[in-house]
Order: sequence, then C-alpha cells, then structure tokens
Amino acid sequence: METEPRPAGAPQNFEPPLVAPGYSFATVTDKIGSIVLGRGAPMGWWIGFGISFALVMGLMLSIAYLLARGVGIWGVNAPVGWGFAIINFVWWIGIGHAGTLISAILLLLRQGWRTSINRFAEAMTLFAVACAGIFPLIHMGRPWLAYWLTPYPNTMGLWPNFRSPLVWDVFAVSTYAIVSALFWFVGLIPDLATLRDRAKNRSARIAYGMLAMGWRGSAAHWHRYEVASLLLAGLATPLVVSVHTVVSFDFTIGIIPGWHATIFPPYFVAGAIYAGFAMVLLIAIPLRAVYGLQDFITLRHLRNMAKVLLATSMIVCYGYLMEAFFAWYSGNPYEQSMILNRMTGPYGWAYWSLLACNLVTPQLLWFGRVRSCVPMLFVISLIVSMGMWLERFVIVVTSLSRDFLPSSWGMYYPTFWDWSTFLGTLGLFVMLLFLFIRFLPMISIFEMRAILPEAEVEGHVHS
Amino acid sequence: MSTPETPLYGLMVEFTDPTSIVAAARKAYEAGYRNMDGYAPFPIAELGEALGHHTRGRLPRLVFAGGLAGCLAGFGLQYWCSVIDYPLNIGGRPLNSWPSFIPITFEMTILVASLAAVLGMLALNGLPRPYHPVFNVPEFRLASRDHFFLCIEAKDAKFEATATRRFLESLSPGHVYEVES
Repeated sequence: METEPRPAGAPQNFEPPLVAPGYSFATVTDKIGSIVLGRGAPMGWWIGFGISFALVMGLMLSIAYLLARGVGIWGVNAPVGWGFAIINFVWWIGIGHAGTLISAILLLLRQGWRTSINRFAEAMTLFAVACAGIFPLIHMGRPWLAYWLTPYPNTMGLWPNFRSPLVWDVFAVSTYAIVSALFWFVGLIPDLATLRDRAKNRSARIAYGMLAMGWRGSAAHWHRYEVASLLLAGLATPLVVSVHTVVSFDFTIGIIPGWHATIFPPYFVAGAIYAGFAMVLLIAIPLRAVYGLQDFITLRHLRNMAKVLLATSMIVCYGYLMEAFFAWYSGNPYEQSMILNRMTGPYGWAYWSLLACNLVTPQLLWFGRVRSCVPMLFVISLIVSMGMWLERFVIVVTSLSRDFLPSSWGMYYPTFWDWSTFLGTLGLFVMLLFLFIRFLPMISIFEMRAILPEAEVEGHVHS
Repeated sequence: MSTPETPLYGLMVEFTDPTSIVAAARKAYEAGYRNMDGYAPFPIAELGEALGHHTRGRLPRLVFAGGLAGCLAGFGLQYWCSVIDYPLNIGGRPLNSWPSFIPITFEMTILVASLAAVLGMLALNGLPRPYHPVFNVPEFRLASRDHFFLCIEAKDAKFEATATRRFLESLSPGHVYEVES
C-alpha cells in the first residue's frame, strides 16, 4: 500500500494518521512552542544563521556596488538585456507559489495534511517574494526612481502605461506580497496568543502580546476568524494563479521568438508550483530532522508532496513539448529556428540539462520506495530546483540572444556580480527562514490541536 | 476573590475537553442565558452553534463590498488616466483598451477584498484589545493551550450571582471563577 500511488477515492482508513499517536492538546502546544520559547538556539542554528548572514552581507555589497557603478557590472548587454535579474525574479516568485497553494488551495480542498506544513510554507512564500522583489528593482538601472511605476499625481503630469505588463507586474507582485503577509499574520494570531500566555520572559510576553492583539479564543471570534480564513483562501487561490500568469505576460506580450505563445500562463503556473513544492521539501526535510518533528511532518506529508511534484512535473513537461510543437506547427521560420537553436545552439547544454532535471529525474517518483526515501526526496528536490532555474535561463537567454536578425545576435555571460547577487538572495532567504524558526512557531499550533483525535466533539448531531 | 467594590464581569467555568464545553454551552443556552461566550484553544464549530451563532455574519458582505470597491477603483484609475487625463493615441488604438486593464483591475479587486477580510475580521472581533476582563483569571492562560472556558456575563438578563454560580457548578466538576471587570 505504501509503494503504490493510491487511486482516488480509496478508503480513508488506508491513510496513516496525520499526527503520530500519543499527542494531546498540551503536548502539541509544548513541543512546538518550546522551539521558540526555549532558552538559546542550538549550535547548528548559529552556524546556519552565520553563513546565511554572511551571504546577505555579500548581497548588500553587490547591491551597493551596483548602485555605484550601474548595471554594466552585470553580464547584461544588447541583445540580452534580461540576464540573471529576470531569471532569478521568475524563479523566486515561482517558489513562493507553493506556499500559497498549500495554505489556500489545499484549505479549500479540505486536505488535512496541509496543516503541519502550511505555516513554514507561507513563510517561505513571503521570503521568496522578498527575494524576487529585489531583482526587478535593481535591474531598473535607476532603482531610486522605482516609484515612477506606481500611479501617483506628479508634477510631470505623467501616468504609468497601464497597457504594459511591467506595470501589471508591479500590481500583481505587490498585491501578492501584501495578501501573503496578511494571510500569514492572520494564521499566526492564535499562536501568538499561545506564546504570550506561555512565555516566561517578560519582554517576550510583551512582544508576543502586542502581536497577538488581545486574542482570547472566544467562540464568536473563532467563528469570524474561520470565515475570514476561508474567504482569504478563496481570494488567494485566483491571486496565485494570476501572479504567475502576469509574470508570464512579461514574456508572451512581447514578440520575441519563443516567448509569444499561449501556453505560457498555465505552463508558468504549473512550473511555479513544481519549483515551490521542491523548495518546501528542501526546507521540510532538514527541519523535521533537526527539530525532531517527524511526528508532525510525517512520511505521509513528504509522500504527498512528492506526488504533487510528480504531477506538476508532467504538466511542465507537457509545456516543453507544446513549445516545440507550436514552433514546428506555426510554420514560422523564426519560431522554428528558435527551438532548433535552443536544442543545438550554444546554450543547448542548458536545454538538455533542464530536461534531465525536470523531465527525467522526477520519473523516479513513480516508485513508492523513492517517495518514502527521505534522502532521495531531498536530492530530487535539489535537482528540480536547479532544473527550474535552468528553465528560466533557457527561456530568457536563448530567445534574446538570437532573435530575428543574425547581425544582432550575441552571447550572454554572467559576471561575478551576477552570481554574488543571486547567492546573496539565497542567503537572504535562508537567513529569514532561520529567524522565522527561532522567533515564530514553524507549525500552526492551533490547527494541529484541531486535527488531534481528542478535538472531536462526541455525540454531536449538526442542527 | 472579588470584593463588593469590584464589579463582576461574569462567572467562568473550566473544562478540559471540547465535548463537555459544547454540552455545557447548549445547556446554558437552553436555560435562557444569552450574554455568554466560550473560549477554546482552537475553533470548534459546534461551540458556536451551541452559543447561538448560526449565521455567517456580516463579514462575507463586507468582503464582497471591498472586492467591488477595489474592482471599480482599479478600473476607474486606469480609465481616468488613459482616457481622460493623459490620452495617448498609439497607432489609432482605442483609448479605453479595456482588455489590457483587466490584470490590474483583478489585482485591485483581490487586494481590497483581502484587506476587508482581515481588517473586517479584526474590527468585528473588537481587536486589537490588549485588556479584557477574562484575562484577570490566572487560569485563563490555559485557554490558549488545552483548557476550555465558558463565561456567563453579569450583564445577562438572567444573571444572578448565586443562582448562576449554582447552575455553572452543575455543569462542570471544575472550579467556578469570578471574573472581575
């Protein structure tokens, strides 16, 4: 049973429990709460935080140098004006999407297994969006004028061009950031109240108390809280689809060969979820090992995520197939030479590596034994994350480097500063995650209480 | 203990499992108490029903209004900028090119509706509210861990200190707390 993909509609009792047996409201609360309220952090936390903090310092340096010298320090130039900055932007924003998927879409679909992973997946969303947001800003050349993209009455009498996907991006990404933050914070309120009530330390009590805003668990409040959570989930679901659709519009609205295709929005959204679930696995696997959370983030959670990974990889690969098919079927010589160039041109290595990462590797997940093997899942997730980064590299760089006129062709080579900025955002992401697991409960405590068997109200008939 | 000088907010009784508090809330509702509230460490749909919260309340309408406002504001902004204040004729294309205004209209709909959901939920719940009489009971801090409390407020028409205390004692073997306001 554990080695076969379960058919839809299989009996519920086939599933192992979502929380290992033997936990009560009190022990769940204490186990998750003590990670935050415990005195000091483990040595590993300091090492991990230190390394990621050093990378963030590298990011600061890279950005400072960029502001001083301009985007010429990067490898971008005519014809490839969209190098690492846009690749990384799309990659990061895509990673964020799995968090929203887990917290919103799986909530609407009543998937109980989302409970133990939604909190840190939402945190991951926020931090990924923060990393993503840096790139379009610093790619502008004059980032201090970024506010020109927002509509505000100004002495120049100008308004942004609302027909431009770049302005749509501003609205989509900032809405996504705000709504993700709201969703995350609303989810945290009851747990902040728990921390307020359990903190021994006076300053912790004050800090958590202010953030909890006087939450007292009143039934009337819970009722509105649940309504608000469901409504937010309902709003976040189309939002997450729209955000990556708008990101794909950055490409499809242009007429560059390889970009101007109707497959882009769904293919980008699926790719986002695919990359995001890989990142959730990359975070969940070390977290559960380091903090001993195997009872909450069980093998069943990892297996379910592996199945989502496999399913989305199939959608993404359908996208790759259709890109090639569209190019051939269009009869357009530019589109046809684009796909041939992708496969056999100077960046052919990237195309074939991306297929190896995103098409071949996930096929291992058909095997139940692979889905149950935690180290394998970790390695596969790592490969998938690299594959999705390569996918964006292929889309951005191969199309721009060879467009219509051979006389305007050119190669793109990233520089040291491209890499240091990218590594810096990886450091920022990891550092924010380290701060998050130290100061906030990484698993939603109240939702864990609600899925315990003792949370059932016995003998109740709904009126 | 409350002295005659400190007015009473209500009487509170403690439970250790969700089934008991739901049963107690139902009995209290049947006994005619209305100004009361249950406190639980996680949402219990049955508790709300037992206390008489049957409707979804005003929040969904508020969120709809927010979404509508965001939608109109988003489209209105783009229409006003592109058609009225700063018309630009690009190749004879229509000024009101509404299909390209859809993404921002959609994002604004979601943004304002989400803000309405969160701020509306907080406002209807009366939060933030750092002080509340129930926090005067030291044991109440377990309401965010594993205990359940039912509090009948003194402002209830049927509230009468000794009779209500006796009624609450009949509901639970636990202690009955006096909540000072």
